[in-house]
Amino acid sequence: MTADELLTTCERVLALVGTDAEAEVTVGAGTEALTRFATSFIHQNVADDARAVHLRVALDGRVAEATDNRTDDEALSRLVRSTMEAAALQPVDPGWPGLAPPAPTPSVDHWDDDTAAAEPDARAERVAAFVRAANGLEAAGFCSTEGVSTAFANSAGQRAMGRTTSAMLDGIARTGTSDGADRAASRRLADLDGAAVGAEATRRARDSAAATDLEPGRYEVVLSPSCVVNVLSFLAIYGFNGRAVEEGRSFARLGEGQFDASVTIADDVTHPMAVGIAFDAEGTPKRRLELVREGVTSSLVHDRRTAKALGAESTGNAVAGAGPLGALPANLVLEPGATPPDKLVAGMERGLLVTDFWYTRILDPRTMVVTGLTRNGVWLVEDGRVARPVTNLRFTQSYLEALGPAQVRGIGSDQTLVGGATFGFGAYVVPSLHLGSWNFTGGAKG
Amino acid sequence: MFEYAEAAVEAALGAGARYADARVMDRRHESMNARNGEIEGLTQEGSEGLGVRALIGSGWGFFATADLSTDAARAAGARAASIARASASVPGKDLELTPVEVRQDSWQNAVGEDPLSVPLAEKGDLLVGVTRTMREHGADVALAGYDVWDTTKWLASSEGHRIDQRIRECGARMESTVNGETESQRRSYPGIRGQYGTRGWELVRELDLPGNAARIAEEARELLTAPECESRDATDLIIGSEQMALQIHESVGHAVELDRILGWEAAFAGTSWLDLSQIGDLRFGSELMNITADATLPGALGSFGYDDEGTPAHPVDIVKDGIWVGVLSGRDSAALAGLDSSGGAVRGDGYNRLPMVRMTNVGLLPGTSSLDEMIAATDDGILIDTNRSWSIDDKRLNFQFGCEIGWEIKNGRRGRMIKNPTYTGIGPKFWQSLDMLGNRSEWTFWGTPNCGKGQPGQIGHTGHPSVPCRFRGVRVGVRG
Repeated sequence: MTADELLTTCERVLALVGTDAEAEVTVGAGTEALTRFATSFIHQNVADDARAVHLRVALDGRVAEATDNRTDDEALSRLVRSTMEAAALQPVDPGWPGLAPPAPTPSVDHWDDDTAAAEPDARAERVAAFVRAANGLEAAGFCSTEGVSTAFANSAGQRAMGRTTSAMLDGIARTGTSDGADRAASRRLADLDGAAVGAEATRRARDSAAATDLEPGRYEVVLSPSCVVNVLSFLAIYGFNGRAVEEGRSFARLGEGQFDASVTIADDVTHPMAVGIAFDAEGTPKRRLELVREGVTSSLVHDRRTAKALGAESTGNAVAGAGPLGALPANLVLEPGATPPDKLVAGMERGLLVTDFWYTRILDPRTMVVTGLTRNGVWLVEDGRVARPVTNLRFTQSYLEALGPAQVRGIGSDQTLVGGATFGFGAYVVPSLHLGSWNFTGGAKG
Repeated sequence: MFEYAEAAVEAALGAGARYADARVMDRRHESMNARNGEIEGLTQEGSEGLGVRALIGSGWGFFATADLSTDAARAAGARAASIARASASVPGKDLELTPVEVRQDSWQNAVGEDPLSVPLAEKGDLLVGVTRTMREHGADVALAGYDVWDTTKWLASSEGHRIDQRIRECGARMESTVNGETESQRRSYPGIRGQYGTRGWELVRELDLPGNAARIAEEARELLTAPECESRDATDLIIGSEQMALQIHESVGHAVELDRILGWEAAFAGTSWLDLSQIGDLRFGSELMNITADATLPGALGSFGYDDEGTPAHPVDIVKDGIWVGVLSGRDSAALAGLDSSGGAVRGDGYNRLPMVRMTNVGLLPGTSSLDEMIAATDDGILIDTNRSWSIDDKRLNFQFGCEIGWEIKNGRRGRMIKNPTYTGIGPKFWQSLDMLGNRSEWTFWGTPNCGKGQPGQIGHTGHPSVPCRFRGVRVGVRG
């Protein structure tokens, strides 16, 4: 569907709703494609011409929403009719915040025509380069491309249009006793170098072969960007989330220095490396929002509902279908430091260099204690040098304490876009991090 | 709808595929959430479309479209073949498919009360009522919700399958959260994810949410002042059936997925500690451990008539008397592993997702003990239930799970309530310590409606027959 067709579909739905109800409509369409490889061959290769129409209506404060993927007249009429009928049967929602007022959205166009139109051969080329770079090691991973356009309209007069592309290459090389990973993401498929990503994954796999056990305990760590994204995702879901604060489940206390003074975190769709669109599921424009400024918790993310409940303004972070989860940031940026990542390692007296975290789950949202494991390469560093690879470890660690005052030893100068943040929602731009302490509570063997 | 699936298959074959199948799928989903006595969201979702799968050489190509027309179906078939051809540019060994009887059939699950026909007002009143009750009994945040799915799919394959199925599923959940000075505690009912099945609304009525709302709110508040689960390197641990469902799902179900064992999920979901050369010999657990994958169990969430490759539902032995004997498989993975036939465990999440190996109803066969007998037979241990957190390594070996609630057991009696119970272990060592197994009267078909797997991500609906179990010498009370 073209941009005009998307907006026209929004207007058709609003016309069908009429003037008896408040209504907002989002229409999205595009192509999502993903090429997967394992045991060094492409085994799954998919593409989907996706589209969806999402409608939310409020009939005298009685709210219902519906989604459908058909856009013919009959289907849209049915969508409107069933949503209106459902709303009429609902009790009045005292938390209904009303519709987003008309407001301009930031000028953001994270789009690349070639990526949106990428054929499976273009993805296969990068996979082939990765597999060749593995040089005989077994390789596995994926290369994806996506181009999605989204139109929004509501009966309060807000109109917005956005589009975004994204491309990711993510893979591992395997020696038989060890795995090594690397990844790249961009809004342009052309930026992804299969050979370079494959070579780095292969180096990590070879360098972590013959790993030996390490006694669990507290260690300094240098975390790769993928680990840092994991940490920020938990802080976003359980901490900076207006819903979590409203319900008393969050650690966040505005104005308090809850983080190391070197930490500044913002949600920023206008960042030059970002992907995504400049408005949220309720049509509220996004803006650069500093959640932590020099260690001080400074803002929360809101949709219109939590903003109303807490006397704030929506920050443009509503997510369709998030339900009880609440608002989420899609474009977190952790401000980089001045230290190259290898110098972070050189600055570690005795600690661990970690490639990836795996299967991280919250144990206590108030203290942000999370358990998980390491994956795809862990090395013991002594006196600033990699001493040896170690087998995977389980950790049980408060993510809040890990970034707490005086806990951050260094922030890398690198900036990496990592997709799939917040359990698949959003992409963050982050550096590597050197932290003073991380609590490893067991070896992967028990 | 078969005509669209057939057109897609024909087009894929015409474009060079040596095998193709296509699914037209029409899915309705309805969910409602209530919070603190108010309805907070009613969502109705509909999707309809066609997904076609084409095999060329070693690679699948899959293309999905929401356009249901003969022309669009033909175009989709050709695109799937074109994608499969690109797959063949990074080739492996040619994929074969195990044989399956070609059927033309129609199937649907038994439903007592159509869940989409139950008035919205009645469903809303249920959720409002229980969240109000929880608030009245001490919950700071009371949530409740339900989900209904109504899916019809039409499968056609180049081998001649013509199978249509209608599967209706539903279930409900509620939870109470209380906030103390420095912590929050939660109690959920009937489990962290609720309870779901391939049944009608009678399932929700049988859950009796109103009869349990006050109890869980009060238990959540009681947890705030309960003592912490003591850290112990080894203790006797009795696990309730809801947490056992999670234990089975994570440490057995995923570990026996053949695509993981073959390395097809290595970069994402991970692999498995199991080696096919050990099947039939490897001791997975104690002799009490008998696990089956059975998609024929009436009402269980992982039940169906045929999987998405047209393989009829049938029970598969996974662990027999503690010995690992079977896997979850599809036609391609079974052929690659040298098995005679598919386990019938391939499903896709909607028309636009490639079918892949998913759990069906993977669960324990019951034993002979009651929960009371397990408690009476335990001198010093703990009883825990209702999952709160779950983490397991990429080989499905090292796990650490947390529960919402626990109780000390001293001298054969249930004692004080304890909070934040966690336990950790290594799969086979843990399962070999199983020494008491709940009986048939405690056998519950738990449903998990949110099993994530695959890229792009897919959500699977899986079932887990489960009973309370006792394990010996388990490490508990792991803290940060």
